[in-house]
Amino acid sequence: MLYSEKVMDHFTNPRNVGIMEDADGIGEVGNVKCGDIMKIFLKINDNTIEDVRFSTFGCGSAIASSSIATEMIKGKPLSQALELTNKAVVEALDGLPPHKVHCSVLAEEAVKAAIKDYYDKNGITYDDSLFPKEHDCEHCGE
Amino acid sequence: MIYADNAATTKLSRSALEAMLPFLEDNFGNPSSLHTAGQEAATALFNARKDIAECIGADVKEIYFTSGGSEADNQALFTAAEIGEKKGKKHIISDKIEHHAVLHTLKKLEKCGFEVTLLDVDEEGFVNPEDVRAAIRPDTVLVTVMTANNEIGTIMPVKEIAAVCRENGVLFHTDAVQAAGHIPVDVNEIGCDMLSLAAHKFHGPKGAGALYVRKGIIPSVLIEGGAQERGRRGGTENIPAIVGMAAALKEATAALEANGLRLTKMRDRLIKGLSEIPHSILNGAYENRLPGNVNMCFEGIEGESLLLLLDIKGICGSSGSACTSGSLDPSHVLLAIGRPHEVAHGSLRLTLSEYNTKEEVETIIKTVPEVVGYLRNISPVWQDLQEGKRKYVIQ
Repeated sequence: MLYSEKVMDHFTNPRNVGIMEDADGIGEVGNVKCGDIMKIFLKINDNTIEDVRFSTFGCGSAIASSSIATEMIKGKPLSQALELTNKAVVEALDGLPPHKVHCSVLAEEAVKAAIKDYYDKNGITYDDSLFPKEHDCEHCGE
Repeated sequence: MIYADNAATTKLSRSALEAMLPFLEDNFGNPSSLHTAGQEAATALFNARKDIAECIGADVKEIYFTSGGSEADNQALFTAAEIGEKKGKKHIISDKIEHHAVLHTLKKLEKCGFEVTLLDVDEEGFVNPEDVRAAIRPDTVLVTVMTANNEIGTIMPVKEIAAVCRENGVLFHTDAVQAAGHIPVDVNEIGCDMLSLAAHKFHGPKGAGALYVRKGIIPSVLIEGGAQERGRRGGTENIPAIVGMAAALKEATAALEANGLRLTKMRDRLIKGLSEIPHSILNGAYENRLPGNVNMCFEGIEGESLLLLLDIKGICGSSGSACTSGSLDPSHVLLAIGRPHEVAHGSLRLTLSEYNTKEEVETIIKTVPEVVGYLRNISPVWQDLQEGKRKYVIQ
């Protein structure tokens, strides 16, 4: 089997899937050319993630990575959500095949992009180093 | 389970299995041995070679057994390269939608000083014979164009391409791995100099293939060893698989017309049913298409997740998405026929065989739209398309 049971569970029964009309922060990463886009919506109250939704265009592991990432940050203070790493996503999924680790990186980046969006919209100052630089995709240059 | 991935591999036919069994049990002799057991195996090998030759209109001495289609393609290309090397002709013409067994071998030959021209195909995947003519140079040694494409089922005008090659004194090889046993394949009708076959694509076993090499051409040796295959391929012959291959090809050739008609009907019904999904498009041609091949793109979704969900629902298909191709790029075939990356990622190939039923086709037609709909619902790309933030590529 290509994927762990955990990946298949999150892929076939994704948690927190859908869109959020009144999101306080939205993060979108990836691009269609490479075949995966993740979008995370956050409802934030008192510096805590009250609710979260995601929508993903991508393979099974991309959908599973976004699903588990939403579970890992829901109800958490922003400071803790910002500590989410792709490694933690991979571990929570009981592993990903080597060529799919990229999907967990996207999940981490999507969460951080959504928090950054919230900070920007609300004029909250933050330490730039908390957020990964928006990098060009090595593959397609987009 | 509905198995609709027959371009990947096929179920072993009952008659092939029955032909093989004695050679897996009691008749285990080595055809190179002089004793009775060996000679029985040698007779079986000769008969299999004769049967396969007859199925494709060749002479028994023109069939060389290989481990499969990829080895046959390798051997064909290296054979032409050796001839070219001797004559100082180091230019080879092929096209952009060949199987990797051809494309990667060409890459290797490029490193050995050969120049390769890869022709474009049109939006349905056809190579234009006139493009072949225009690309031929005084130093061209070989043209290699597949008989039918493994992904989109396009049946190439190989007869016309072979005629252009003949006029210009250039060798012509065709990879008939997807075509043999599915559409008529006759080496003299086509006019090719070399032709590749793989047993497991026509309900034979894995691990057996053959290269047809026209009389007068000496095949290159990929595997040094004994005197097997007239000294052109060392190694004890895989007798059970070879016998199974011959039985399968004979069976497929005898049923060619009946299977072709029935499969074409099922294929067209499947194409029609899946085309009702909004923003979907057929990849490849409606005419001159392999009888069992359906390949569609669905905008706004990714193919691997589609395959996994179909598999859970009991349908086996394949996709040309990057995630399934094992590389970062989607299918080179879909890109070559002009599908943009984002659309090529959302492809689904379903390939039917005579073992599929009409009922299975109806189940697929019912299931695929449900899965595509579900994935579109959770796709931000589909959301953007629907809201007009992104333009549809497939209308």
